Amino acid sequence: MTTSHQGISSKRMGAPPAVLVLEDGRIFRGRAYGAVGETFGEAVFSTGMTGYQETLTDPSYHRQVVVMTAPHVGNTGVNDEDPESGRIWVSGYVVRDPARVHSNWRAQRSLDEELRGQGVVGISGVDTRALTRHLRERGAMRVGIFSGNALPDEGTMLAEVRQAAEMKGADLSAEVATKETYVVPAIGPDGEAVPVGTAKFTVAAVDLGIKGMTPHRMAERGIEVHVLPATATAEDVYAVNPDGVFFSNGPGDPATAEHPVSVMQAVLERKTPLFGICFGNQILGRALGFGTYKLKYGHRGINQPVQDRTTGKVEVTAHNHGFAVDAPLDKVSDTPYGRAEVSHVCLNDQVVEGLQLLDQPAFSVQYHPEAAAGPHDAAYLFDRFVSLMEAERA
Amino acid sequence: MPKRTDIQSVLVIGSGPIVIGQAAEFDYSGTQACRILKAEGLRVILVNSNPATIMTDPEIADATYVEPITPEFVEKIIAKERPDALLPTLGGQTALNTAISMHEQGVLEKYGVELIGANVEAINKGEDRDLFKDVVEEVRKKIGHGESARSYICHSMDDVMKGVEELGGYPVVVRPSFTMGGAGSGFAHDEEELRRIAGQGLTLSPTTEVLLEESILGWKEYELELMRDKNDNVVVVCSIENFDPMGVHTGDSITVAPAMTLTDREYQRLRDVGIAIIREVGVDTGGCNIQFAINPEDGRVIVIEMNPRVSRSSALASKATGFPIAKIAAKLAVGYTLDEIPNDITEKTPASFEPTLDYVVVKAPRFAFEKFPQADSTLTTTMKSVGEAMAIGRNFTEAFQKALRSLEKKGSQFTFVGDTGDKAELLRAAVRPTDGRINLVMEAIRAGATQEEVFEYTKIDPWFVDQLFLIKEVADELASVERLDADLLAEAKRHGFSDHQIAEIRGLREDVVREVRHALGVRPVYKTVDTCAAEFAAKTPYFYSSYDEETEVAQREKPAVIILGSGPNRIGQGIEFDYSCVHASFALSDAGYETVMVNCNPETVSTDYDTSDRLYFEPLTLEDVLEIVHAEQQAGPLAGVVVQLGGQTPLGLSQALKDNGVPVVGTSPEAIHAAEDRGAFGQVLAEAGLPAPKHGTATTFAEAKTIADEIGYPVLVRPSYVLGGRGMEIVYDEARLSAYIEESTEISPSRPVLVDKFLDDAIEIDVDALYDGTELYLGGVMEHIEEAGIHSGDSACALPPITLGGFDIKRLRASTEGIAKGVGVRGLINIQFAMAGDILYVLEANPRASRTVPFTSKATAVPLAKAAARISLGATIAELRAEGLLPAEGDGGTLPMDAPISVKEAVMPWSRFRDIHGRGVDTVLGPEMRSTGEVMGIDSVFGTAYAKSQAGAYGPLPTKGRAFISVANRDKRSMIFPARELVAHGFELMATSGTAEVLKRNGINATVVRKQSEGEGPNGEKTIVQLIHDGAVDLIVNTPYGTGGRLDGYDIRTAAVARSVPCLTTVQALAAAVQGIDALNHGDVGVRSLQEHAEHLTAARD
Repeated sequence: MTTSHQGISSKRMGAPPAVLVLEDGRIFRGRAYGAVGETFGEAVFSTGMTGYQETLTDPSYHRQVVVMTAPHVGNTGVNDEDPESGRIWVSGYVVRDPARVHSNWRAQRSLDEELRGQGVVGISGVDTRALTRHLRERGAMRVGIFSGNALPDEGTMLAEVRQAAEMKGADLSAEVATKETYVVPAIGPDGEAVPVGTAKFTVAAVDLGIKGMTPHRMAERGIEVHVLPATATAEDVYAVNPDGVFFSNGPGDPATAEHPVSVMQAVLERKTPLFGICFGNQILGRALGFGTYKLKYGHRGINQPVQDRTTGKVEVTAHNHGFAVDAPLDKVSDTPYGRAEVSHVCLNDQVVEGLQLLDQPAFSVQYHPEAAAGPHDAAYLFDRFVSLMEAERA
Repeated sequence: MPKRTDIQSVLVIGSGPIVIGQAAEFDYSGTQACRILKAEGLRVILVNSNPATIMTDPEIADATYVEPITPEFVEKIIAKERPDALLPTLGGQTALNTAISMHEQGVLEKYGVELIGANVEAINKGEDRDLFKDVVEEVRKKIGHGESARSYICHSMDDVMKGVEELGGYPVVVRPSFTMGGAGSGFAHDEEELRRIAGQGLTLSPTTEVLLEESILGWKEYELELMRDKNDNVVVVCSIENFDPMGVHTGDSITVAPAMTLTDREYQRLRDVGIAIIREVGVDTGGCNIQFAINPEDGRVIVIEMNPRVSRSSALASKATGFPIAKIAAKLAVGYTLDEIPNDITEKTPASFEPTLDYVVVKAPRFAFEKFPQADSTLTTTMKSVGEAMAIGRNFTEAFQKALRSLEKKGSQFTFVGDTGDKAELLRAAVRPTDGRINLVMEAIRAGATQEEVFEYTKIDPWFVDQLFLIKEVADELASVERLDADLLAEAKRHGFSDHQIAEIRGLREDVVREVRHALGVRPVYKTVDTCAAEFAAKTPYFYSSYDEETEVAQREKPAVIILGSGPNRIGQGIEFDYSCVHASFALSDAGYETVMVNCNPETVSTDYDTSDRLYFEPLTLEDVLEIVHAEQQAGPLAGVVVQLGGQTPLGLSQALKDNGVPVVGTSPEAIHAAEDRGAFGQVLAEAGLPAPKHGTATTFAEAKTIADEIGYPVLVRPSYVLGGRGMEIVYDEARLSAYIEESTEISPSRPVLVDKFLDDAIEIDVDALYDGTELYLGGVMEHIEEAGIHSGDSACALPPITLGGFDIKRLRASTEGIAKGVGVRGLINIQFAMAGDILYVLEANPRASRTVPFTSKATAVPLAKAAARISLGATIAELRAEGLLPAEGDGGTLPMDAPISVKEAVMPWSRFRDIHGRGVDTVLGPEMRSTGEVMGIDSVFGTAYAKSQAGAYGPLPTKGRAFISVANRDKRSMIFPARELVAHGFELMATSGTAEVLKRNGINATVVRKQSEGEGPNGEKTIVQLIHDGAVDLIVNTPYGTGGRLDGYDIRTAAVARSVPCLTTVQALAAAVQGIDALNHGDVGVRSLQEHAEHLTAARD
């Protein structure tokens, strides 16, 4: 069989047919899920078994069509507490068995409603494992989802997919980042917000596609976070008089991120404590003179083993990255800002997962210590950032 | 940091006999651990009294002690072997309790043995409810989450009454401390229930402690499986969600992996709490299991309990994820860290990750309430199931329906035809959790219940309820369409419908549905369990079926043999059959075949992906097996399918497989029929000139009466085609015969009742033999200790036979050969004989591996199942003798005079069951099998071997003290000599008046005690039952009086179970026990490994 049978459960709900077309010509048939229409993006798979709401609203998934390997999606519905940003960012959503009813005491509506409400085109009832294996073997590639009762022929759909933009070379941060600076106040020991300007530390966070949990994790540690647009200059950064500077996660190819790299270099010049996550790690890599490259199919899941090479401990971590830094694992490198080393590595495939400078207070990780969704094992990195700022102040 | 260099040898303690709550999963874990430790170059010393285990195969450990798992015997082993370390976390509660007790007695310190895998403090913190509450409190202080149910610790009934007030009234949960599988716990809704449950709990708890808890009945229940290494790296291997809400023991719940109804925030909170607990408890290296309850209203999380060891759930989690917890626990125990251990399945990624699933796993429990008609079948916090089936699917409905049909029990699959009962009544009935409640719920849905109503009555999570509705909607669609098309069939299959169910809905035959389905090209594909949701390529072919698009079965060159396993454990078909299947796999792999295992029992070694070249985790129905055969035929040459090692389950498929063109190897379906069909077998016996007890078949009382009148009472009556003596009864008179026929609902012309002459006072003999068409190899001859009429599975037996002479063996050999030849056996056959007077009767023959094969193999040091598998595929006994798989000369019938004596003893689950009034169920043995497991005692003389078997099964025989004797009239004569012996050994005898009279007339003094029915005496003289409860009796001999006047015996025997006093219910057992007591009183009882026994035996053979 080359195409799947179509689900009667969906049929009973009246969902029209849908087709998923990969750039290399492989086709999967299913039923429309979420909005009906067509969408394009880079096909990637995510292996997390929980946290679909966080995944959907993670700006790093901008322009990506996410294939969920977990078969049941939507079981806990949607609430207003768990999103990582103000909207769903994925450009398309591929699931096997969407929930017909949801069950969770915090749920406010169904995922299907949410996807339709935000116009996100999805497909259900496909062999997501076959699709995942295909992407694993052939690598992430462009994809289109077409749904509705009048679908174009396969040749037309394939041609459309091949005309869609590629992820390599895409500069997307500005599309997802805040346009205006905003402040996330620190949280006091009583759990209440600390008045702006009175927090223990101030951090300037450059938003390249930041997730809501990241400033929250800092705020929990007594940090007042000024979230700046991706276009912020070094002057903008220092205008908030920061104790530390943070570069966030975000979508796109780090090779295009000229502007954030130059801002980070200015921060490194001034030896301000610096922390980067995900895209921020790639920016630090580039700022130090390392290259970046596209992984065959990336790391997307919440079960990845990362070793902190400074302690030898292994943490289970949340990942969402298609690119990685190309830095030597076996030696300390000399950079314009002093000695640098790879601090964290993924034990599955030895990909660089963290960098740190040995002669000044700067470090970054490729994965997500803010962990939403995902395990909280790496939360200590925010404490490490605090220590750097404390040391600087001492 | 690699493994420790200061440990050269390690003692592993197994879990002993299979009992409810502690089953085959510990053979699976223990076998993995032993293999790993051996591969690490350590000398592995193993103790396990259960012969039906793979772990006690002589090649798994360096020194294998099939000895009782008691501190006394384990100390003897330590003294002899002087291991550096003791690994106690892989043998369930038995191993843990034994290790703790040896630590407390200072034995470990005395011999310098280090506990690895867990320290005593951690074990106590995890197991002791009081300490564990402190752990949870500490965790709450540290991370702000996790709490215990409000509770109250009690050491007396006064405490209990105070506690229930403190908690604000009923209902409350009662949990005794330190008992296995939650034994003795339950819900109390009023004072009467509370006094009963708590009273029993205080008795059962080795620390006389019970915990009263606020009721969290109806909450959602979850489990996490965690592992931690010495560097404090922690991973969560699996999350499990219980389909049945709180109130049902997790072993008795339908459970689902991964958790289905948690958001990431809630899941991560459980994970944080779990990790904090494993740290706080201090499990340094190894696994643990933590159970949580969540209030569906507000998400409040309560930590229920933790097991600081490998558990039933961890075996399930291992099978569900492909992450081998026991194997990794063993590696961690000898010093490795998680990041140093590779993931077997991907080979390139480490074990320090968390498995992610792209499928759904459902486990369903299998019960045996039909064996215990008196028992209350309500499911509570005490585990009552005897086995389980697991199924994997690409969604919940598929996995769920596969799991239900894997249970292989009439009515376990959903049915959608026929009238339903009244909706309101069905819903009310569904409130009470019991075996088959899920089918009741489906019936209620068919009767019109709404989703809200189902939730209201059952508290099953609405998401799961909707899945039931989804199944029902698909069934409706199947029923309503004019014609089945490919789309609808595929969709029904994707929701787990079997061909049988579709046929039933459509009013067709199952094979017609299958033909239509195949013609439409709707067939399953096979996906891989790979730990990583396809992120990395899997190297291990561990498959499950799904009606999806792409199959992952790879082509192969070598001819394959498919071995059909035995499905969920049940009484009568347990781990012994898995043992034989695993042996077949090993032997056939050695012989150059690609081995393919099919089974659905997560507790077993056969479903370890390491056992065979390929593993299909699938139900053992005709449909599922045919599809696997098809898939494997597509993949390469297929040498055949082995059906005779997995018990009645695969044997029952034999003919249908052959009819579908499947090459069944070994004994042919026709031969199986010749042994199983009464008429055909009668002919075989007649041709071989062998007598069988007089018999006939009947479908009405009139017919049965005619037969019974002709052959004379007592008669043995039973339904045809049953396993484990289901429904079998000895009938002494016409009245009872009439009642039996009336009660047997399933009698029909196609299912007649068999009426056999019952041979009173006969010696029963079991024979296991191999036959290749020309030569017979007598595997072993077992003489039962109990007389004929007690199911062979429940009877103790000795090998070599202790009272049979050379002439008898010769007759047995000739009869066995005649039957094997007449039936047409190619492989194993088991025959039961009865010797009455001087006549050797044939009771029945089973042309398959029997329950006793592992015992026989271990007792004679010959791998019978391996040989059987080879014979099935064409090898001859002569070839196997030449190869060395069988001894060059002689067999199990010609054991040397100084061969060791092995005694098998059955283990009964009495203490698990109560009737609806909360009283224990009767413990009398009968023709219906009710034991869950067995132990083996091996020594040079019978008495010692018997004493060991008793110690392994029930605890040591007393060597002095007070013995109470009360026997039926027919037993009074044979009681005298053993009673005299007891007195000679210094026992003080007590007896009821009738028995005491007989004893006195024979010059044996016995104190007369009051029967329970007589009540307390005028001067406060206690009844025997009161005395037993007071702990004033050390040994009880009580044989049942037949049908009438049983109540006294019942009270005595249930009291014995409640107080764990050895209770012998046959006079033959008394005679054997006396020999055992004699052996114990005469000098030191030693220990000897199977390897030493085998060496001795081989030397004697040569």
